[in-house]
Amino acid sequence: MLRQAASAAAEVLVGGRGAGMTHAWLFTGPPGSGRSAAAKAFAAALLCPDQGCGHCDSCHQVEVGSHPDLESVRPQGLSYSVKQTRELILRAAGRATQGGWRIVLFEDADRATEQAANALLKAIEEPPPRTVWLLCSPAADDMIITIRSRCRVVTLRTPSTQAVTHVLTTRDNVPQQIAESAARAAQGRISRARRLALDESVRRRREAVLSLPRTLTGVGECINAAERLVKTADEDAAAATSELNETETSELRALYGEGSSGKGLNKGLIRGGAGALKELENAQKSRATRIKRESLDSALLDLMAFYRDVLAVQFGAQVELANEDRRPDLEVLARTGTAEDTLRRVDAILLCRERLAANVNPQIAVEAMTLSLRNPRG
Amino acid sequence: MLPGMGNVAAVTLVVGDEELLADRAVGAVVAEVREGGEVAEVHDLLGGKVEAGELTRLTSPSLFGDRAIIVIRSAQDLSKDVIAEVVKYANNPGEDAVLVLAHPGGVKGKALVDGVKKAGARLVIVTKLTKAGERIDFIRNEVRQAGHTITPVAAQALLDAVGSDLRELAAACSQLIFDTGTKSIGEDAVARYHRGRAEVSGFTVADLAVEGKAGEALEQLRWALATGVAPVLIVSALAGGLRSLAKVSGAPRNANENQLASQLGMPPWKIRNARRQLNGWGPEGLSRAIQSVARADEQVKGGGTDPAYALENTVQTIIANRTGH
Repeated sequence: MLRQAASAAAEVLVGGRGAGMTHAWLFTGPPGSGRSAAAKAFAAALLCPDQGCGHCDSCHQVEVGSHPDLESVRPQGLSYSVKQTRELILRAAGRATQGGWRIVLFEDADRATEQAANALLKAIEEPPPRTVWLLCSPAADDMIITIRSRCRVVTLRTPSTQAVTHVLTTRDNVPQQIAESAARAAQGRISRARRLALDESVRRRREAVLSLPRTLTGVGECINAAERLVKTADEDAAAATSELNETETSELRALYGEGSSGKGLNKGLIRGGAGALKELENAQKSRATRIKRESLDSALLDLMAFYRDVLAVQFGAQVELANEDRRPDLEVLARTGTAEDTLRRVDAILLCRERLAANVNPQIAVEAMTLSLRNPRG
Repeated sequence: MLPGMGNVAAVTLVVGDEELLADRAVGAVVAEVREGGEVAEVHDLLGGKVEAGELTRLTSPSLFGDRAIIVIRSAQDLSKDVIAEVVKYANNPGEDAVLVLAHPGGVKGKALVDGVKKAGARLVIVTKLTKAGERIDFIRNEVRQAGHTITPVAAQALLDAVGSDLRELAAACSQLIFDTGTKSIGEDAVARYHRGRAEVSGFTVADLAVEGKAGEALEQLRWALATGVAPVLIVSALAGGLRSLAKVSGAPRNANENQLASQLGMPPWKIRNARRQLNGWGPEGLSRAIQSVARADEQVKGGGTDPAYALENTVQTIIANRTGH
């Protein structure tokens, strides 16, 4: 469908009818299905004179993110505000510099707030003749219905373990065995599988999370386990943001005239500097919260896959286990509890994820979860 | 120099953000001037409204030999020109005028503070009282100055009931002194006029709930909500209280508190406290109590309609699970 669209798009450019091309696309698929990768490839195909040859200047520019006609948006904070959206719409309305299409690639479009999504409506419905919107979200339901109805939906599916293994061994030169276990553990999320395969510390983190169910023997242990989980997430956020924050702040300070010398210049920040700094600080805080939540969520997903495997063992289901390497643990847990207990535990993890999304204090939410994991009928 | 004004500094600078004490410092200067029985006119000005030249006009000698007391409050709002005028005057003050400047501290209008200080003005510093002990001292001082005494327990009760605002405390003290016939003010005298609490922290509620005192815990919870403590803070205090119980319950019973401190990441006094509170708690009850706090946090943050209900409910759940098993 996309290839057809790309050739239709080329037809439009030379003045043809271009059946099969449209101005708004919504790429949906579960995490790891490569939504943004697919959207990017489509963008490259639209911008490339050969409809995505992969080796011309244009394709290369799209690949590294420097193509002048590709506006790439990836929300960094918890949400994408209506103000940012309005600015984006303005930029999207510009004419393409190279005479082709002007493309806006909006990753994680589900992060847009409701107001922001409403602001997008008009722009998506009737964009300037050569502007194309490419939105990405995990599921079509994540976007408000008025946006969904204005887009052509491209649905991607989760790649199989085999496919992920193949990518890891061929593209990243990962040994077969590690690639396989990483692909199984990541449950189809390619980026996660890649990190698991390439980064020793990510693997160790996963091991720590998965050894958690065995340690939940008493109430005190549950509280300690929760504390460790939350602390690790905090450290992740701190590690990912501290250096970035510092450079951003000093750059902004320099922009507002700090450290400048010469006649007629004052040493401190010029007017508006303090406000801009405050704004930056808020954005950084929001980003840190998001990273923290995502790190915690990734741990919870690992745990959930673990209990899913326990359930599979309990039922004797012949499915591929994400945690094949921990089969003894799975069997012990499968024997000591009933399937109902396991389901209750999975529910507790789901509840915790919901609570985290609802802004409940992470430590409190995770404590409640570990306690439920210990005694699911409590 | 005229009689009666001999000891009064020509320029007084009152620096600090404790309004009541600043007012008193200003009042003391005025009283000092009038002590000699002289008539002196007080010009009470606000910093933002003083115009250039006004000070010069007010401080210039009067034809009738009257004395003038010029009080400038919120001196941080003075304009640049007026600050220069004030500093100039402070360097060479007139003989029959007294100038009092009240500045709340901070950076705004710092030139005034520095300039007047340099000119050798009398400096009075009135900073906010931050510690509970300082406020108790304040109460005792208030009562003592009126020739009465107050017992420590009564002072504490008064502080609990009235809150930390000095103006209100001072008013309460003078009222108590007026109403109490005896020389010493006791607990019952305070209790006759003041009840309840002006300031309740979430920790008070948490401690009472964990100790299973249902009535008191709910009462204090209402007080806390009524005095504007954020529900989120109360939830986190409840969670914190139960968390320390859970941590301590998992630690070996006979271990030394000081050794446990580093292991559990809690100060020894808190461990001692938690050990005392652990009486009556079992693992399952504790577990259910913590679950209910998580539910409350969710409800307080928009998952429920009424934060107060969510809090009362969780306090009751906590208490019910304490006597469980």
